[in-house]
Amino acid sequence: MNWKHYFTTSVGRKLVMGFTGLFLVLFLLVHCYVNSMIFISRNAFNAAADFMGTTVAIRIMEIGLFAGIILHIIQGLMLARMNKAKRSIGYATNTTNTKQVPWYSRSMTLLGTLVMLFLIMHISHFWVPSRITHDLNATKLPNGVETHDLFQKMLDVFQSPIVVVLYLIGVASLAFHLFHGFFSACQTMGLTSHKYKNFLKGFGIVFSVIVCLLFAAMPISMYMGWVA
Amino acid sequence: MEHYSMNLTLKVWKQKNTKTKGHFETFQVKNISSEMSFLEMFDVLNEQLIAEGKEPIAFDHDCREGICGMCSMYINGRAHGPWHHTTTCQLHMREYKDGDTIVVEPWRANAFPVIKDLVVDRQAFDRIIQAGGYISANTGNAVDANSIPIEKHKADEAFAAAACIGCGACVAACPNASAMLFLSAKASHLALLPQGDPERKIRAVNMVEQMDKEGFGSCSNIGLCEASCPKGISLENIARLNREYLGAVFGEGGDNA
Repeated sequence: MNWKHYFTTSVGRKLVMGFTGLFLVLFLLVHCYVNSMIFISRNAFNAAADFMGTTVAIRIMEIGLFAGIILHIIQGLMLARMNKAKRSIGYATNTTNTKQVPWYSRSMTLLGTLVMLFLIMHISHFWVPSRITHDLNATKLPNGVETHDLFQKMLDVFQSPIVVVLYLIGVASLAFHLFHGFFSACQTMGLTSHKYKNFLKGFGIVFSVIVCLLFAAMPISMYMGWVA
Repeated sequence: MEHYSMNLTLKVWKQKNTKTKGHFETFQVKNISSEMSFLEMFDVLNEQLIAEGKEPIAFDHDCREGICGMCSMYINGRAHGPWHHTTTCQLHMREYKDGDTIVVEPWRANAFPVIKDLVVDRQAFDRIIQAGGYISANTGNAVDANSIPIEKHKADEAFAAAACIGCGACVAACPNASAMLFLSAKASHLALLPQGDPERKIRAVNMVEQMDKEGFGSCSNIGLCEASCPKGISLENIARLNREYLGAVFGEGGDNA
């Protein structure tokens, strides 16, 4: 029995989903913290963005982040396909039991796909112009460092109501994905013993609500002109 | 509750054998007592079919008291029908009203091929047990109670896991047709006790491997298995099995597997 084999059994594949999922949750926390600087000031946000873009250690972690996202997506889609194939003849009657099982727990692939589509748009809005094409206005921070004016880019992008609505749909999909995902990852990693089960379930929901409300507040405040 | 009689329309899955395709057939049953169990209603229907010179519907049943796990019927979209913590034989006709239509299907999972009508082949479960759901030490006669001290809560959890009757409702209800609730119950009741401790890592890995070989899906932690289990087996057993598996991957002795 080798390492590769351990992670390609059904439980092993779920462990990969759980590990990468919790890693992505950690990233969300950092991302949310850094972006919340927009509520403080233009310079605070641009300085934080400059730190994230120029620190070598963070740029290396960024590679890990992309690897994590890709692994999570590919493994998730593979598992969904494999699991679907385990029941060739389906039931004739409606088996949805929403009373005992919430709809989002059964819709992880759909919600995950929505988040993935959102990510493609999101990355092309901000990450690509900032890291690849460099077509952003320059600005000077109070300490004299020249950097990209990502704050201005956010203001520009979120002038379109369609974009704002698409972002809100993306963030809502993420929230419901996490409602199940956070607890599910903990369960897969065996953390949900009798003692911690309810705590982890509650923590996952509170975490996703807070983080996703903060994310949702960003395009809304940019569009409404609450931050400047 | 007042006793009453009812006439029902039944849509039942008919399938000649594993190789042929099945289809639904509609049957009418009359004068069904509200005091009957669901299986007794099927007995009435089968006697009626035999009297008419037709072939009766094949269905699994044995103890008719909720402990053998044979009566695998998927009734109106629920494993073992709408009642909580019951098997089909414990479901009683007082659940239904005169004129109701009831759809009855076999467990649907590629790992449980239909043998005939509502009877499925659940030997895949036996092979999962054979892969590690036992202890290999010869224990001789039963020892006196309490000669090996076991913590009360562990004894209780092991007992609760051992309540699994291997009926397959968890697989039938799972959107992924996963056998994780069954597997985790069978691994848990041994892993919680000192007798099962030495082989716990090999057991977890071997049983998971066998489950994959049998063609069951993976666990998405949705919880329909727990909701459908007639014995109330908890999802906590799946978390325990995952811990056992992680222990085998990262802990010492994992290579023995």
